[in-house]
Amino acid sequence: MQWETVIGLEIHAQLATKSKIFSGAPTAYGAAPNTQACAVDLGLPGVLPVLNAEVVVMGVRFGAAIGAIPQGRSVFARKNYFYPDLPKGYQISQYELPIVGKGSVEIVLDDGTTKRVGVTRAHLEEDAGKSLHEDFHGLTGIDLNRAGTPLLEIVSEPDMRSAREAVAYARKIHQIVRYIGICDGNMQEGSFRVDANVSIRPPGGELGTRAELKNINSFRFLERAINFEVERQVDILEAGGSVVQETRLYDADRDETRAMRSKEEANDYRYFPDPDLLPVELDAKFVADVVAGLPELPDDRRQRFSSVFSLNAEDAALLTSSRELADYYEAVVGVSGDARLAANWVMGDLAGALNRDGLEITDAPVAPAQLGGMLKRISDGTLSGKLAKQVFDAMWSGAGSADEVILSRGLTQITDIDAIARQVDEVLAANQSQVAAFREADDKKRAKMLGFFVGQVMKATAGKADPKQVNRLLREKL
Amino acid sequence: MTVAELAAGLRAGSYSSEELTRHYLDRIARFDAVLNSFITVVPERALEQARNADRRLKRGEAGPLTGIPIAHKDIFCTRGLKTSCGSRMLDDFVAPYDATVVSKMDQAGLVVLGKTNMDEFAMGSSNENSWYGPVRNPWDTALVPGGSSGGSAAAVAAGLCAAATGTDTGGSIRQPAALCGLTGLKPTYGRVSRYGMVAFASSLDQAGVLTHSAEDAAAMLQVMAGFDLRDSTSADEPVPDYSVGLAGSLEGLKIGLPKEYFGEGLDGAIAHSIRQAIDEFRSLGATLVEISLPNTALAIPTYYVVAPAECSSNLARYDGVRFGYRCEAPQDLEDLYQRSRSEALGSEVKRRILIGTYALSAGYYDAYYLKAQQIRRLISEDFRQAFAQVDVIMGPTTPSTAFAIGEKAKDPVTMYLSDIYTIAVNLAGLPGMSIPVAPVSGRPVGLQIVGNYFREAQLLNVAHRLQQATGWHLKHPGDYWA
Repeated sequence: MQWETVIGLEIHAQLATKSKIFSGAPTAYGAAPNTQACAVDLGLPGVLPVLNAEVVVMGVRFGAAIGAIPQGRSVFARKNYFYPDLPKGYQISQYELPIVGKGSVEIVLDDGTTKRVGVTRAHLEEDAGKSLHEDFHGLTGIDLNRAGTPLLEIVSEPDMRSAREAVAYARKIHQIVRYIGICDGNMQEGSFRVDANVSIRPPGGELGTRAELKNINSFRFLERAINFEVERQVDILEAGGSVVQETRLYDADRDETRAMRSKEEANDYRYFPDPDLLPVELDAKFVADVVAGLPELPDDRRQRFSSVFSLNAEDAALLTSSRELADYYEAVVGVSGDARLAANWVMGDLAGALNRDGLEITDAPVAPAQLGGMLKRISDGTLSGKLAKQVFDAMWSGAGSADEVILSRGLTQITDIDAIARQVDEVLAANQSQVAAFREADDKKRAKMLGFFVGQVMKATAGKADPKQVNRLLREKL
Repeated sequence: MTVAELAAGLRAGSYSSEELTRHYLDRIARFDAVLNSFITVVPERALEQARNADRRLKRGEAGPLTGIPIAHKDIFCTRGLKTSCGSRMLDDFVAPYDATVVSKMDQAGLVVLGKTNMDEFAMGSSNENSWYGPVRNPWDTALVPGGSSGGSAAAVAAGLCAAATGTDTGGSIRQPAALCGLTGLKPTYGRVSRYGMVAFASSLDQAGVLTHSAEDAAAMLQVMAGFDLRDSTSADEPVPDYSVGLAGSLEGLKIGLPKEYFGEGLDGAIAHSIRQAIDEFRSLGATLVEISLPNTALAIPTYYVVAPAECSSNLARYDGVRFGYRCEAPQDLEDLYQRSRSEALGSEVKRRILIGTYALSAGYYDAYYLKAQQIRRLISEDFRQAFAQVDVIMGPTTPSTAFAIGEKAKDPVTMYLSDIYTIAVNLAGLPGMSIPVAPVSGRPVGLQIVGNYFREAQLLNVAHRLQQATGWHLKHPGDYWA
């Protein structure tokens, strides 16, 4: 039987504010337990929340980025439930009137076509603390550092039909929140958390019962978790069973989803407007200012890169995958003037070196101006590709600008024909027997043997000879 | 003596703040074993504050209230002091921070004698719902002092402190002020910061004062009022000088008398006292206008949905996890929650948590919570229309005088009805006062005066003129003022 997969995602993006959503306590990750929780975060008797204006700005930025510019009123509500790491016994969230309403994003599918995925809403809320079960021997520890950290919960429509589409959508949201500077996107530290609602149905049929998958902390696991879950549901339905609506945890080690401890009954969160907080009334001028301050969005930038820099779709997408990378690339082009060459180096040697050393683009030891300066020396013939790699390595190790490296190490390419010819003669004189063998060999063997002589000449010139000239001269003289 | 008189004495050097503080501490030691108006008394800390006040007075750096010994209702967080809110749940809770009201009072140099008894989490109208036992009314110790600020009321009435703070969610300042013969002021919602005030019903709670006179209430409000960045619901409105207009003429003042406040259920003798007071106002130049607040009868049912709904959520933090009472040897999380809350919360608090939880539940939310919010708007609208015609609204504060301890304890609905005239004022967020008028059979009677938003100065002016004309506010329970 044929089944259609239906996926909706709930993404919690931790907003990159310095202080919490309703208190002045810092939000930095990794501090000693309970050192970043103030009286408000602890939910002490008598404390009151005060909204951090920065989160409203961030909410508006996100809305604008998905074609849902916020306007009018949004309201904070209390979501009531008991849990040890939820200090007040309720979470302050938004319910009936979220800050961001309906919007959408465009994703690129594997076949290169595009698809619009709807965003139902995005709302502001506070995070809970953490329950720590290790190291407490039969007890549970509570760390409230994370309590009150601002989150933007982004809820999609059930528009995705495969794990690949879900990943493409999650990546797109990830890209957007990082571009507009509202979230650092760090999935390992939990700054960007994805929950997937997965169900299957006969193609075009009624929506099936869904399972909510949690505990997914990478895009790879998102794809695997959904695929596992779809297979599990297919097996159940094809065996005549029915899917239970439940929350399932993804276990990356076993690559499977497992039901969480089943709850006896559905939670009734008893939402109601939080009487401690006033409704947020967005002023049109405020919104206009925030929208005006938005950076170029990733889709716009990708299109501009394609047209202005004549990059193919794939390269343009790769170079605009993050704002930092795109900024880097544009800066390199600005200095070197050669967009194609810049793309090759940024996606090639630079990406390789970053990958090798485990660095982010923002930590690259070679600044865009340095790389751009080096590319100029390739364009003007000063450097061969091979020499450029040496210059690049030197700059990577902190040796200064390309011109400084070229000067101090004498790495200028030898293009003087006479100088190269002298070296070729010396090599041939020193290798009489190989010369003899070459002359007796057939064409096929000669091609191989030529490499030996080229190598010897390059060695003698410390790699500075123009390899094209060397080849030409050797053929003539042999 | 009134705060104003004491302040004059301090300034004149007739006595020091330390002497005054010792005087009140002695009175607390003498009388409070019976009255039970204090949960915590802090003699050493108070004397230290008094000595600081004396230094300020000597250096000429004193404010109008520097050195005046007062008490805070035990609902205000006080750094380093137990803040119990009248509950076993918070019996061991020592607040690590000061409520805004407390720090403003400290900065103004007032001396804090201790923390006063109250109905648990401010839920009650008789002060019988305290973990620390009932408070007795100084006018007759067989009677309740009213609630929930009953400890503050009894302490001021018996002269155990010069004035006291209170909070009023449905009448919790005005009703005990009426029952104890005091001046009670509940400001406009948002006039005084709620930061550090243990929450009962956030959209209704407001801090205020219990004093001997309107003049004292004005001086105390002057210190407490103002916008607070820590309370988003506090009003960013300028605070006027409440003392300047106190003695202003009432010529031409329009007093609205809601017919619903003088109907069925009002004790005849109380009605007589209220009429007598209103006649005084007429002789002071005011004109009387009969008005109607048609939704008055809906105030109590509305309140008993809104307040419990908010309280059910506000009190969820008392879970035995981080602070407060925790049951012995919990078996698991469920057990920890259940027993900690069952054992440490009183029956009235539990009743309201249950009502509120029900009112907010899926399937009932629209019929209860949402409907109550709609009626709340209608009640506000009644007042809005009334204030288009009149300057202030007057009526009785309570339908009866102080009742006997135990008399209504078994019947919550009868108890709820004792706030019938005060509750609508909270629902609308308006400022209200209760001031003493002619007593009935030796029991105090309160006149309620309700003003328009942020018109506290007008209320105080109206109250002060009556007090100047009649002296009813100077009647004290004889046993304590011999």
